[in-house]
This record gives sequence, C-alpha cells and structure tokens, in this order.
Amino acid sequence: MSARASTGSRPGGQGRFAQFKLVLLGESAVGKSSLVLRFVKDQFDDYRESTIGAAFLTQTIALDDHTTVKFEIWDTAGQERYKSLAPMYYRNANCAVVVYDITQASSLDKAKAWVKELQRQANENIIIALAGNKLDLVTEHPDKRVVSTVDAEAYAREAGLLFFETSAKTAENVRELFTAIARKLPLEQAGARNLRSNPRPGVDLRPEAPGTQGAGACNC
Amino acid sequence: MDEIAPEYDVVVLGTGLTECVLSGVLSVKGKKVLHIDRNDHYGGEAASVNIEALFKKYGNYANGEEPWKKYGRVNDWNIDLVPKLLMSNGELTNILVSTDVTRYLEFKQIAGSYVQQGNGTRATVAKVPSDAGEALRSPLMGLFEKRRAKRFLEWVGAFKEDDPASYGGLNLNVCTMKEVYDKYGLEATTRDFIGHAMALYQTDEYINQKGAAKETVQRIRLYVNSMARYGKSPYIYPLYGLGELPQGFARLSAIYGGTYMLNTTIDEITYDGSKVSGIKATMRERGDESEGMKFSTKTKKILGDPSYFPGKVQIVGHLLKAICILTHPVPNTDNSDSAQLIIPQSQVGRRNDIYIAIVSSAHNVCPKGYYIAIVSTIAEGSSNHHLELQPGFDRLGRIEEKFMGPAIPLYEPLESGMNDNIFISKSYDATSHFETTTDDVRDIYRRAEGQELVVEGLREGTNLVGEE
Ligand SMILES: Cc1cc2nc3c(=O)[nH]c(=O)nc-3n(C[C@H](O)[C@H](O)[C@H](O)COP(=O)(O)OP(=O)(O)OC[C@H]3O[C@@H](n4cnc5c(N)ncnc54)[C@H](O)[C@@H]3O)c2cc1C
Ligand SMILES: Nc1nc2c(ncn2[C@@H]2O[C@H](COP(=O)(O)OP(=O)(O)OP(=O)(O)O)[C@@H](O)[C@H]2O)c(=O)[nH]1
Ligand SMILES: [Mg+2]
Repeated sequence: MSARASTGSRPGGQGRFAQFKLVLLGESAVGKSSLVLRFVKDQFDDYRESTIGAAFLTQTIALDDHTTVKFEIWDTAGQERYKSLAPMYYRNANCAVVVYDITQASSLDKAKAWVKELQRQANENIIIALAGNKLDLVTEHPDKRVVSTVDAEAYAREAGLLFFETSAKTAENVRELFTAIARKLPLEQAGARNLRSNPRPGVDLRPEAPGTQGAGACNC
Repeated sequence: MDEIAPEYDVVVLGTGLTECVLSGVLSVKGKKVLHIDRNDHYGGEAASVNIEALFKKYGNYANGEEPWKKYGRVNDWNIDLVPKLLMSNGELTNILVSTDVTRYLEFKQIAGSYVQQGNGTRATVAKVPSDAGEALRSPLMGLFEKRRAKRFLEWVGAFKEDDPASYGGLNLNVCTMKEVYDKYGLEATTRDFIGHAMALYQTDEYINQKGAAKETVQRIRLYVNSMARYGKSPYIYPLYGLGELPQGFARLSAIYGGTYMLNTTIDEITYDGSKVSGIKATMRERGDESEGMKFSTKTKKILGDPSYFPGKVQIVGHLLKAICILTHPVPNTDNSDSAQLIIPQSQVGRRNDIYIAIVSSAHNVCPKGYYIAIVSTIAEGSSNHHLELQPGFDRLGRIEEKFMGPAIPLYEPLESGMNDNIFISKSYDATSHFETTTDDVRDIYRRAEGQELVVEGLREGTNLVGEE
C-alpha cells in the first residue's frame, strides 16, 4: 500500500530527504493554526479568526547537513468543531500535534480524548506530540495558568508523547516542537520501504503536467 | 461547543458528491455555508464503506456470524456504493483541478476499457478501440469494417464544433446519428460499441433523435481525448475509493469557512410565505442518550439531496446493482487490476446496457489479491432483478461474495426550486462516469445563484497556501 512517507535523494543535493504527513488536533481556538503559521511563515496574528483559506502547508526542516524532513501539514479547517473531521484527514498521517491551551482546563481533556482516538485508529508507528500552547499568557500573569507543567508532562510521559509548552505568539518552543518530531520519525525505515524521488504516485491531473502519457505506474 | 451562527447564506443537506462540490464552490466564492448530514460519515449515497459495514448494510449473513473476518482488516476495504469512474478529460477532473482539491487526493488510471460482443457462449470481450490505429487492430470488426471505422474515427478526431467545414458535408445540427453511421457504412455491431462503449449512451434512443449527432460526436471525442491523456483507458480513480471525492470538496468548503455538522437531523424547515426561511435541527452522536444539541438558524436557500425532501421528489426509474468480491481479475481483461466492461443492451436482448466497474488493491480499496466488481443496469422489470444482471455475473468467473439489495429508486426534484428556494439534486444515475453529476451541479448552481458556474480561476485567491 502506498505511504505518504517517502524518502529519496534530495534534488540537486546529497543526503536523505523524507516527506511526512502531519495532522493537528485539539479543541477550537487553542492555537493550532497559529502554531502552523508561526512554524511555516514565522508570523502571528492576534485577531486571527478561525482557519480560512490555509489548511495545507508545507515546511522543510534540515536536521543536519545530510538530512531534510519535509512536513506536509494538515490543519483541521474547523471540521473538528462539531466532530465532523473526515477520515481523509487522518489517512496515512505519520505524526500528529495535539494542542491544548494551558489557560483552559477543558482543552487538556479534549486533547487526551484525541490522543486516545489516535492510538486506537492511527497506524501504530504514529508519532504524537502534545503541545500546551499560549505560554506567553502566563509569563506575564502566572495566575492565568490552569494546567501545570508537571501534570501535563506526567501525562505525556505515561502516554508516550513528546511534550512541549509553546507560544505561537512569541515563537517559544515552536521550532523545537517540530524538530523533535522530525528527529523521531522513522527515516531509515521509510527509506527502506519506498525509495523514490516522486513522493506522489499516480497520475498528475494538472493540464500542464509534462509527460502524462504512460505515467501512473507506481514503481514501488 | 461554539454557537451556530444566527444566519447562513446557504444550508446544504447531505454530503454526497453533488452537495459537497456545490458547498465547496459556494464557500470559495464567499458564501457562508452550513453543511449538515444526518449520518456519522461523509458521502451519503456516494460513500465508500469497509467490508463489515457492507455486510451490515446488506444483512446477508446469519445471526451471530461475522463473515467479514475472513477478509482481512476491515479498514483495508473501501467499497464504493455508487459504481462510477472519472473521465480523465471530463468536467469533474476540471473542477478538481480548478479548485485544487487534487491536493488531498491521489488518482490512478483504470487499466482498461472493454466491451462485449455477442451473447451466451459466443460472447467475446475485447478492448474498446480508441483511435483509428486501434480500430485497425481490433478483433471487434472484420477487415473492411475496420477501414470504415478508421475513416469514421478520423473524421471524429478532426471535428471542430466552430468549424462547419469539419462537419464533413453533414448538417450535424439537425441530422440523426443514423445518417452519420449510414454515411460511413458502419455495421450494426460497430454502431453498438461506438454508441455504447465510446459515446456511453445506455439505450439506443440517441440513434434516431434529430440533432443528436453533434452531441454523439462530442461524447466520442470526450472518450477519445480522455483516453489519449494517460494511455490505458479514459478513466481515472481516486486511491481509497470514490468516497474520498466528497470528503475532498467538504474540506475545501471548510477551509473557506464552511461549517460542518454530521450526526444532525433536520426537525423542521421553516418558511416565510412560500420561501424557505430557516431550519430547526438536532445534533446527536450515535449512542448518545441525551437530547442532543438542538438549534435553529435562518437561511434563504437550502440545497440538498432527495432523501431530505421526500415530498418534493419523484421516482424516475430504478437502478439494479450488485457488488461482487472476487479473488481474481475479470476474465478476458488482460489481467487488468481495474477495468470497465460494457455489455451493450442489444447484445443481450435488453433495452439498457449492463456496466461492470472493476477496481482492486491497486487503488487501496481492498487487500492484495482481491477485486471488487460492481455490476449495474437500469431495471426493466419489477421482479427477477437477479436475472437482469446475469449477463454481467457471467463475465466475472467465480464470485466470493455478492451484495445485492432491492432495486434502488432514482429520484428527481418535482420543481426547479424557484418557488421555495429549495434546490434538490438528482440521485446518482446509472451512467458509468460523473458527467451527469457535474451537469446536475451546474444546473443547481444556475437555478440557485442565477448565473453560470465558472470554476476556472477559483484557486487564484488561495495565496495563503504554502509552497509546494
Ligand atoms: C484520530 C483518528 C480518527 C479516525 N477516524 C476514522 C473514522 O472516523 N473513520 C474511518 O474510516 N477511519 C478513521 N480513521 C482511520 C484512518 O482513516 C486511516 O484508516 C488510518 O489512519 C490508516 O492507518 P492504518 O491504521 O490503516 O495503518 P497502516 O495501514 O498500517 O499505515 C498507514 C500508512 O502509513 C504507512 N506506514 C506505516 N508505517 C510506516 C513506516 N514506518 N514508514 C513509512 N510508512 C509507514 C503505511 O504504509 C500506510 O500507507 C481515523 C484515524 C485517526 C488517527
Ligand atoms: N496569547 C496567545 N494567543 C494565541 C496563541 N496561539 C493562538 N492564539 C490566539 O488564539 C486564538 C485562536 O487561535 P487559532 O490558531 O485560530 O486556533 P485554532 O486552534 O486553529 O482554532 P480553530 O481553527 O477554530 O480550530 C487567536 O485569537 C490567536 O491569536 C498564543 O500562543 N498566545
Ligand atoms: Mg484553526
């Protein structure tokens, strides 16, 4: 079966290049889209309405001189708000960031429910990271914190998750979060499984696609 | 749970493909859309289901048995409930590309397109020739007929709608297809595969219809050009099944602000005079004992599939369909991992064609070693439906499992929707592709929005998406 995760030689360079699908999960307004926007564009928007127009972004991380990881990042597009996420969203996800807001207790319960669902439904090698977001809010007003670092960390350890407290606003720990995920992804295994330069098998529908004739065979 | 907005531009009921394309397009164009489905999954009648869900849907096993267990992991199965394929040069492909929904999907070719000639023990199955060169090699025709067919296909290939000089001396706007076939001296069996396996007509009505010749030529051209696109067949198919298509468009809608609610039943549609004014509904997950979340919202327009409006639709025919699980490729299809096989009506003494659509593990719809073949046709009688599909079953060889329910009613709306602002789609018809589905999408858009749907350039506003 085809996997999204694919590795190959980096075009024009040496070393390993792997692409992975990453999905975001978590209660509405915890900052999922803001974390992605920070990671991909290094921007933050205080008055961000719910996700509009951008729910599919890519960002590349160079782990070292030889290894590049490209994330294909899927945002929920708000479909989680009324529990209407489509199976397409999870399909073949290699890693997930489950986000909660450290100033909202209920958002951690929601996050735990998502982790459970992932562990039940996703492929067993999925890498899950837990992100306690809006860290900046408690730096100024420590009394705003309702989820303690120690508690969340203990839960993450028990459930086998990576754990970071982040701020999409100040960028604190955002890059660290994604880098930690990249380091944990099974580069070797993915490489052994399907080494190919074109991460997308199948036919290319774009009218301008060159050489479509005869394409389509997945040579893996 | 967040508040539902007090008002939406459009409320869409049902997450079938027609509804999801419309809701995606309307959202991109800036409309505020609320999209509801009573089920816990996307796709409605056009969903793809796993094998356990399929057994449970048809109930063809004894109490206490779990026959799906011998078919591997249930989630490795994505079985389409509607047997259709995409024309690679067709309108749905165009909409997918124009809206960038192709980002969420991967497509593969269907490996072959076949047609049956003859009946019973003398039936032969052969590849549908798609250009003049293939016509010359085709076993479907004798030596002289091949040359005539070649001339005909060359003429079709050179046809240009806006250049009457390419009409070959025929007045295509008024003449019948019979006159065209006569001019090229084509035999009845050749007319059969051209009309049914290339122009994809399901009956012979088109032959004597005045003015239908041009449409026929255009349909053959769509077939030929789709074929030329990737080489093996005119069809493509999404990995993980057709159920991915509505999900992809639903995602497009959501990205542009559309609100999605599954598990939601409509309790009441409210009116202001003759026009719709809003809905009352309840969201409740399966197994949830509580009252659920009741809400109401205003809207001036509702789009939806026929199942939400039993009083506003009529039955126009019945579809017969049997989903068959095989452990081998369909005989005489060159061991193809996928194919379409058409049995033209006249070859087996019917008025409607029988279609067989075959997909397999190559499309991530089942585990390795399995094939899913769906046999379908329009019902001609009111009983013995199994016999109507028999010529199709005869093509399949050994069948491991067969799922066939009662005849499926095909619905159409009684009214255009101008009076009440409720715009209802048609059921998925018996055609083998989505061209009629996109016709319906365009028609509903025209009725509901008062203008033609233009999809070209729709993705140009999406500059927020990252580099690819
Ligand atoms: C939170 C959640 C909710 C879900 N809800 C639903 C739902 O409501 N309805 C529904 O139908 N489905 C649901 N799913 C299931 C989902 O749609 C897919 O079926 C599922 O994610 C596919 O994974 P799998 O379990 O089949 O794993 P696998 O088939 O084992 O793996 C998935 C893919 O990853 C690849 N892969 C695995 N390991 C590696 C590796 N080491 N290196 C490279 N590639 C690898 C595999 O080749 C495969 O392509 C849900 C999934 C999740 C995570
Ligand atoms: N102070 C602070 N505010 C944040 C942070 N991250 C997000 N926000 C704000 O929280 C609100 C919600 O952020 P989003 O990124 O839209 O949240 P989301 O999880 O994507 O929400 P949905 O798309 O509705 O599911 C916005 O007003 C953001 O500006 C953060 O780290 N610190
Ligand atoms: Mg968001």
